[in-house]
Amino acid sequence: MVSKRFTIADYKTSVHNDWCPGCGDFGILNSIQMVLTEMQLPNHKVAIFSGIGCSGKTPHYINVNGIHTLHGRVLPYAIGAKLANPNLEVIAVGGDGDGLGIGAGHFVNIGRRNIDLTYIIFDNGVYGLTKGQASPTLKLGIKTKSLPNPNINQNINPIALALVAGFTFIARAYSYDIKHLKDVIRKAIEHKGLAFIDVLQPCPTYNDIYTREWFAGEGNMDPTTMKERSRVYKLEDENYDPIVHEGSKEEINLKMAQAIAKSNEWDNRIPIGVFYKNEHGYIYEERIESRISDYKENPPALQKIESNGISIASIKSILQLL
Amino acid sequence: MNIINELSWVTGGPQGSGVDTSANIFARACYLAGLHIYGKREYHSNIKGEHSYFTIRVSNKTIRSHLDRIDMLVALDAETIFRHLSYVSKGASIIYDSSLNDKRLEDINTIGDVARRRIETFLKSKNKNSVKDMLDSVRDECSICSIPFNELLSQLAAERGESMLSRLTRVTNIMSVASSLALLDLDVKYIHDAIKSIFKSKTNVIALNIDAANKAYNYTKAKYDISKRFVSKSLDNLILLQGTQAAALGKISAGCRFQTYYPITPATDESEFLESNQIISNIDGTKGSLVVIQTEDEISAITMATGAAIAGARSSTSTSGPGFSLMAEGLSWAGMNEVPVVITLYQRAGPSTGLPTRHEQGDLLFAINAGHGEFPRAVIASGDVEEIYYDTIRAFNYAERYQMPVIHILDKALANSLVTCKVYDTSKIKIDRGLLIDSVNGDYKRFRLSDDGISTRVRLGTENGIFWNTGDEHDEYGHITEDPEMRDIMMEKRMKKLDTMLRDLSNEEKAIFYDNNSDKTIITWGSPKGAILDAISMLDNTFNMLQIKLLQPFPSSYISEVLSNTQMVIDVEMNYSAQLAKLIKLYTNKEVDYRIVKYNGRPISADELYYALSNIINGSKERRVVLRNGV
Repeated sequence: MVSKRFTIADYKTSVHNDWCPGCGDFGILNSIQMVLTEMQLPNHKVAIFSGIGCSGKTPHYINVNGIHTLHGRVLPYAIGAKLANPNLEVIAVGGDGDGLGIGAGHFVNIGRRNIDLTYIIFDNGVYGLTKGQASPTLKLGIKTKSLPNPNINQNINPIALALVAGFTFIARAYSYDIKHLKDVIRKAIEHKGLAFIDVLQPCPTYNDIYTREWFAGEGNMDPTTMKERSRVYKLEDENYDPIVHEGSKEEINLKMAQAIAKSNEWDNRIPIGVFYKNEHGYIYEERIESRISDYKENPPALQKIESNGISIASIKSILQLL
Repeated sequence: MNIINELSWVTGGPQGSGVDTSANIFARACYLAGLHIYGKREYHSNIKGEHSYFTIRVSNKTIRSHLDRIDMLVALDAETIFRHLSYVSKGASIIYDSSLNDKRLEDINTIGDVARRRIETFLKSKNKNSVKDMLDSVRDECSICSIPFNELLSQLAAERGESMLSRLTRVTNIMSVASSLALLDLDVKYIHDAIKSIFKSKTNVIALNIDAANKAYNYTKAKYDISKRFVSKSLDNLILLQGTQAAALGKISAGCRFQTYYPITPATDESEFLESNQIISNIDGTKGSLVVIQTEDEISAITMATGAAIAGARSSTSTSGPGFSLMAEGLSWAGMNEVPVVITLYQRAGPSTGLPTRHEQGDLLFAINAGHGEFPRAVIASGDVEEIYYDTIRAFNYAERYQMPVIHILDKALANSLVTCKVYDTSKIKIDRGLLIDSVNGDYKRFRLSDDGISTRVRLGTENGIFWNTGDEHDEYGHITEDPEMRDIMMEKRMKKLDTMLRDLSNEEKAIFYDNNSDKTIITWGSPKGAILDAISMLDNTFNMLQIKLLQPFPSSYISEVLSNTQMVIDVEMNYSAQLAKLIKLYTNKEVDYRIVKYNGRPISADELYYALSNIINGSKERRVVLRNGV
């Protein structure tokens, strides 16, 4: 039997896409579809979970299982599905307000669990769908188009927060560099453990400060060439090594410190690429397996619980101990 | 010596000192001796030091509630005597250590001002307020057994070569239980077996406790006459367990394989019990397993359980009122996406933190209405520990059959009751997964329209069965729509499931009618069932009782039918505003005649309800009766 090869069309739906023209979300959507094609993942084995906002609509445009959840709660929904059936490929997506504002508690706490799933934040500094309020990643003093006053809050550094929370793969990408973004998403999916990607994704309608042009280098003169230089640069071009190779405490400390230092770069030079990767600890699924030996083969979602409509579970031995 | 059919036994002491363990051992010993048990646990929101106590009612026939009356009081500290002595009955036995005699009321800093004034009123004097004064006031009517527990403890320490007496102080609790058994002329072997059962594999602890029990048992037998003896034993095949354990066992039998929780009193015991029993033996020789996740908050608990349900697991979460408040948005999403998820809601006294370790049924209307917008859900309530097991299984069957969240509403009194009930019949536990399908042919639509509102459902990962969920209004595939026509169609599809459910369910699943051929009917829901049935039997069955089990969707026609044949309707429930009576009015247009309510955090006792109902029989005009008993 010749198995069918999936093409990118197999991962698209006919649902009308209502994002604004030029929205950075398109680059992320296309990259996800390209990665699914590259990896030849069967549609039914993938589940994409999303939060609320423009990014929340992403699953409706991808022809795999799509669960569009509540504002801020994408991670616990995704965790529930993944742990009920660890054989599913689970990807979670959401906005920066969704994941780092209302959902910050889940963002931090998922780090304690190192679950084998990928979380992509569409990071544009504003709440787009509610018309442009400041989000947790907008810097202090910045006044985007629809703010009455400059932003009064400092910003969260998503890379550093993910690092201290316990994510084991942490990357940043840029939505207009699709090839790079696609490669980062693939690395994240292939990472064994909890992966986070912060995707810089200009909102063409409400963020008039961090625009596509700004990232491309508008007003950022290179003193030697006297030409505008892209603000975004790739960590891998500068021999940055994100990987924890040995897994010693000292090495982990160094790699984490290096990632935090890099994550603080902004303005004229903004690094993208993989900041940190550590596959040395046990993932959560393995921790469950240490208690339930057949957990992966017989996970909660697939367990047989009845025979001809009658429960097969026996509570006799528990009753005897009562 | 009195020949007795039943006994109300109370022990008390500072929290963390072993009151709970000793009460469990007393209950277990009596259970092993072939008696029925109804145990009620009362404790403060505190780790160590505040007063806690345990009431164990023991009987040779079925009992369903506690009594305020105390027939045997075991006081290991002065506070227990101060707080509980006013409830001792004529002929009661009081076990204490006479070294407590000189303790005075003002020495007890854990008794607050309000309780102190109550006790002073009982003593009628501010000057005579020692333990001895307290006991003097009942000495003519009660038999007071002074056991020198501390002296016996010193002897025990010497015999065992234990130099640190403080290491042994906890066993005084066991000694007091042994003295109780001696006064009841129950064989000392029952306490040995109870000790072994409670301490399981801790052989040193078992040996120490058995030594201590023997010492106190023999001392008591030698010094005091037998005070009471049970006339006979029960012949029923019984198990002894708590409400949280009954719910956990129900979940295991129901095939629940994913449970989430955030720690909260009084729900957490259930999740811990499940985790302790997470490897499941199946009757076909295979093993099953249950994943239990302690989440970061209740928002995560409901949404994670919902995610697991979407993946295909029977899934649930357990919580109490404050946690359930946080779950409202997730509940609404589960309703919108027709996800079968079960929420076990153990009510406690609110509002807000309220009385966090005390009892109330204040969340009925909240459970029915929580969550924004309108969506189908079921709310079912159990009346006792036996029902909890079977109702838990029903909750999962309803959830999957009707593809909606099901709230199984329980309360603190049920959660922490330690009771005997008939051993569960596990031979024919029905599992109904509704329209869950394993394979798909053709175009799959998760929300395909149907006459009864129910669509086929697949697990995530089913070939050809890709689907979408969204909290937005959606079309049959699960994609967002704002079309007015599609909105109407989908709203009607979802809500129709409530009518389907009401059509399907038997009357017994909706409500249980205890028909005593009376023209007076008591209506209730949840845990007051026990006190009501016991009080009715004390009143020679002069009332019927209608226990409503399905609160949402409300079984209006069946309830109307039952109530149309009765002259007087009395509502009994544990909240301020008589919430069930409001539902009855809303759905049947019937105004109840009397409301008996209680909201002081202590469960209704059979005896206080007996008095309240007697007053109604005797023509009392008071339409709203507030019960106020309890310590």
